[in-house]
Order: sequence, then C-alpha cells, then structure tokens
Amino acid sequence: MAAADTQRVNPDSVGKPTVIVDDLYVTYRVMGPKPAGAKNDGASALSRLLTRKNAPGLREIKAIQGVTFVANHGDAIGIVGRNGSGKSTLLRAIAGLLPPEKGTVFTDCQPSLLGVNAALINSLSGEQNIVLGGLAMGMTPTQVRENFDSIVDFAGIGSFVELPMNAYSSGMSARLRFAIAASVSHDVLLIDEALATGDAEFRRKSEERIRALRDQAGTVFLVSHSLGVIRQTCNRAIWLDAGAMKMDGDVNEVLDAYEAIVEK
Amino acid sequence: MTAIDRSAPAAMAAEFGLTPIGRQPALKAYMQALWERRFFIWTFARSRIAAENAESRLGQLWQVLNPLLNAGVYYLVFGVILGQSKKIEHYIAFLLTGVFIFAFSSRTIMAGSRSISGNLGLVRALHFPRAVLPFANVIEELVKTGTSLIVLAVLVVLTGEAPTAQWLLLIPVILLQLMFSAGIALVFARLTAEIRDVAQFLPFALRIWMYLSGVMYLISDFVKNHDGHPIITILLEANPAAVYIQLARNALMNTAQTNTPVWNWYLAIAWAIVPLIGGFIFFWRAESRYGRG
Repeated sequence: MAAADTQRVNPDSVGKPTVIVDDLYVTYRVMGPKPAGAKNDGASALSRLLTRKNAPGLREIKAIQGVTFVANHGDAIGIVGRNGSGKSTLLRAIAGLLPPEKGTVFTDCQPSLLGVNAALINSLSGEQNIVLGGLAMGMTPTQVRENFDSIVDFAGIGSFVELPMNAYSSGMSARLRFAIAASVSHDVLLIDEALATGDAEFRRKSEERIRALRDQAGTVFLVSHSLGVIRQTCNRAIWLDAGAMKMDGDVNEVLDAYEAIVEK
Repeated sequence: MTAIDRSAPAAMAAEFGLTPIGRQPALKAYMQALWERRFFIWTFARSRIAAENAESRLGQLWQVLNPLLNAGVYYLVFGVILGQSKKIEHYIAFLLTGVFIFAFSSRTIMAGSRSISGNLGLVRALHFPRAVLPFANVIEELVKTGTSLIVLAVLVVLTGEAPTAQWLLLIPVILLQLMFSAGIALVFARLTAEIRDVAQFLPFALRIWMYLSGVMYLISDFVKNHDGHPIITILLEANPAAVYIQLARNALMNTAQTNTPVWNWYLAIAWAIVPLIGGFIFFWRAESRYGRG
C-alpha cells in the first residue's frame, strides 16, 4: 500500500527523544445534573454569563494528573490501565488535540492519532468518505486519488464502496475506517484500540499494517486492553492508574506487575 | 534507552530541539495552513449538504419553505394587520427580499456558532486549523442560499418586478454579505466554544436584530411616523443587515422607495472587511484552546 510521506528510520537517530511529556494535567469539564437547590433561572443564567462563572452542575474530571516521561526514537510504548484511567486522554494530549490544564508536551513533529471516524458521515457513500477522510487527515486531493484504490482493496469492501456507509455491516465500516486511517504514515503515531476491529482475516492484515506503520514511524504509542498485542508489538509500557503514572519501563516487567494487580 | 533526567524535562527538550505542542500558531502560518486545507473545507461543506439531502427528501426544500412561511406570517402581521402593504409599493417583493437576505446572515451566524461546539469529536481526533470548521459552515450556507435566491428571483418576478441588468448587482451584495456574516460567524464560533450559554441567547439577539433592520417595514417612514430623531434613521439604516437588505432591494426592485444612495456601498464594503478581519483574528487567538472539555 502506497503511503504518503514515507520516512525510513535513520539508525543514527535511534535513542534520541521524540516526545517529552512534562508534568501534564488534563481536565474535562462536563455538565452533569445540577446539585439540589442550585438556581438555574434566567436571571442567574444572565449573571453567570456576565461574571463568566461556571454553571451549577458543571463538573471537573481530572483525567490526567501529573504525568512525566520521555519517549525515544524507536520506542513502541504500550499504555495499559483500567477503563477511565486516562489512556485515551493521554494520547489525545500528546497529539495536541486536548489542551492541557497544566504542563507541556514537547515534540519534534506533529504526532498523529490513528483514527478518522469523527470526520466521516454515515449517510454518504464509501467513495465520498474516503475522499472526505483523506482530506481531513491532511492529504492533498492528488494523494487521495493515488491512495484511493489501495484503500478500497485493503478494506476489502468491493462494490459496496458505492453504497452509503450506513448500509455496511459494522465489520465492513470498521474495516473501511481503519483502511482510511492507516493510509498515511507518521513520525509519531498514536493508536487507540485500532486492532480490535473486523474478523480474524482483517485482524491479521491490520496487525501487519500496524507493524509496517511502526517501522516507518519513529515512535509508536499503543492503547489496548489486549496485553498480548502489547507484548507482541511494544518494547516498553506505561501503566496509568486514575490519571497518574503507576509504572514505566520494560514491557514485560510492567505488564507482569499489572497482571498481578488485575488478577487479584 | 537514554538515561532520563526527570528533574528537567524542559531543559532536555531544549537540548534536543523539541518544541511544545499545541502552542498558538503565528497568524501568517495559520492562514497558510488554512489555505492548504481549502479542499477539505469545500469537500466538508459539500458532504454535509449531500448528507442532509440523503437523510430527508424535504431537507433541501425546507431551506426555501422556511423563509417563505416566515414571510407569510410577516405578511399577515405587518402587511395586513399593521397596514404596511398599503404604504410600501410592491410590498410582497419588498418583504420577500428582506426575509431571504436576512435569513442568509442569520443562518450563517447560527451555523458558525455551532461549528466548534457541534464538532468536538472531530476537533479532538484530528489536527487541522480549527477555522476550517466555521468556514465550511459558511460555504455550506452560501451554497444553500444560492438555491433560495433563485426561488426569490422567481417570486419577485411573479409579483410584478421585471428582471433588469441591475439584478447583477445582487452578486456583489451577496459576496460582501458573505464576508460580513463569516466574520460574525467566527466570533460566535469562539464565544459558543468558550461559553455554551451563548448558543441559547443567540437566536433572540438575531430576532431583535431582524426587527431593527427594516425587514418588513421602511425604516425612514417608521421613524418619521413615531416622531423619532432623524439620527435614529441613520443609525438603523447603517446597521449591516439593513445595508445589505437595502442594496438587495435596490438591485431587484425598481421603485422610488427602494433606491439607495451610493454611500450604502461604502458601508457595505466596510461592514464586509472589518468584521471578517476582526472575527478571524478573534477566532485565531483562541486556536490552541479549542477542544478543551
């Protein structure tokens, strides 16, 4: 599959830091049910607007709390932790997609999240979505045309490409989404549970594709609940617990410790 | 793995030439990045229209039906009950032009205000200049308005206006109005992203603005009949919506009441350029903060 901006790993640069995360905090603000007794009439809403105070019921979720680490060229880092421990948030913060509350992420390039789902529109055809998704990821129209056939081949959806995506089976649309997302390679690649899509045949193909992307990329971050996949593809692991870093080190060491806790 | 000096990650970043991510981009680089995404803006706008058409058969029709039904209500209230149709020549064409032209700005501003808050998933998944989103919404509204302007032209002819070469003036009017509306849309895209309550309050502000802009009455007559100072007439007529509506009526209609002085064009240009530049800079200044929960 032809990939845009293919970059081979330069052996000299192995070991050089590519991503430095310095004391990172990320906070979500969400509207929840308002606490009992809180006023929410027009007058108090107006005064909030004027004083820029938060509405009652606005909750803060501290998703990442003080994470610090250095990722080097050639690293493939698995991120493990329970649901809600901040794994996906950490990836998004590294990609620069979630502005941090405090702290900084330093990089030498633009890290990219493998995923294009949010840009696609289900009532449009696969063809239209390939173009839309490709452009959304920053391809030029020429690159989209060059990659078009290989995306369709890889997704293995055949003539369904002419039909709207909401006519696809869930496996087919997952395959198309992955094929679009994986058609570009990046220096720093962030993968969030992308391997868990499709049937066994597509799983094998996509694992191969991820390995190829990893070889082209300088650094890979992989979030997965499948510890087997992480052991196979990563050399290092970070264990997040409630938004804080519990452990960082060799993949087997960290996963053994994690498994010991989880199985208890 | 190299040894990690955890005490000074920032110093280490500087040593290896790494730069902080998510920092505010320079204005020039930002505009360049936005220009590189022009195909995405266009495809995104077109895809959203196609999706809307695919999802409901009446989708595209509502774009025209909505202002028409509004115009019907206004005709009943202002034309018949309040007797404006006797005071204004060709009142139906006068009213329809006002309603359709105002709807273009108000729809663009409403769509722009939701462009960040309604696409948070996209903002949190992919990296691109965020101004892509409000601009895609603006283009989407422009394309839809193209359809409704054709309907407007047909209706204006049916109610007794003859098409003339002056109708071509409608094109620069719409382009200037587009620039103005895009600027205001950018302002509200940022405001709504930062303070969600703005989305609730915006429809009312737009409604008041419509009633002040002479959509269904002639501003100068109205102020005179209510013993208002002439300065009120000037202020009301200089407001951007009134300026674009008057110029559109001047282009489409041929009555003494709808002729506009030349200085209206200067105002129309000023109202296009100043809000667009100001709105763009206002939006750009918060670039690194869009997507925060």
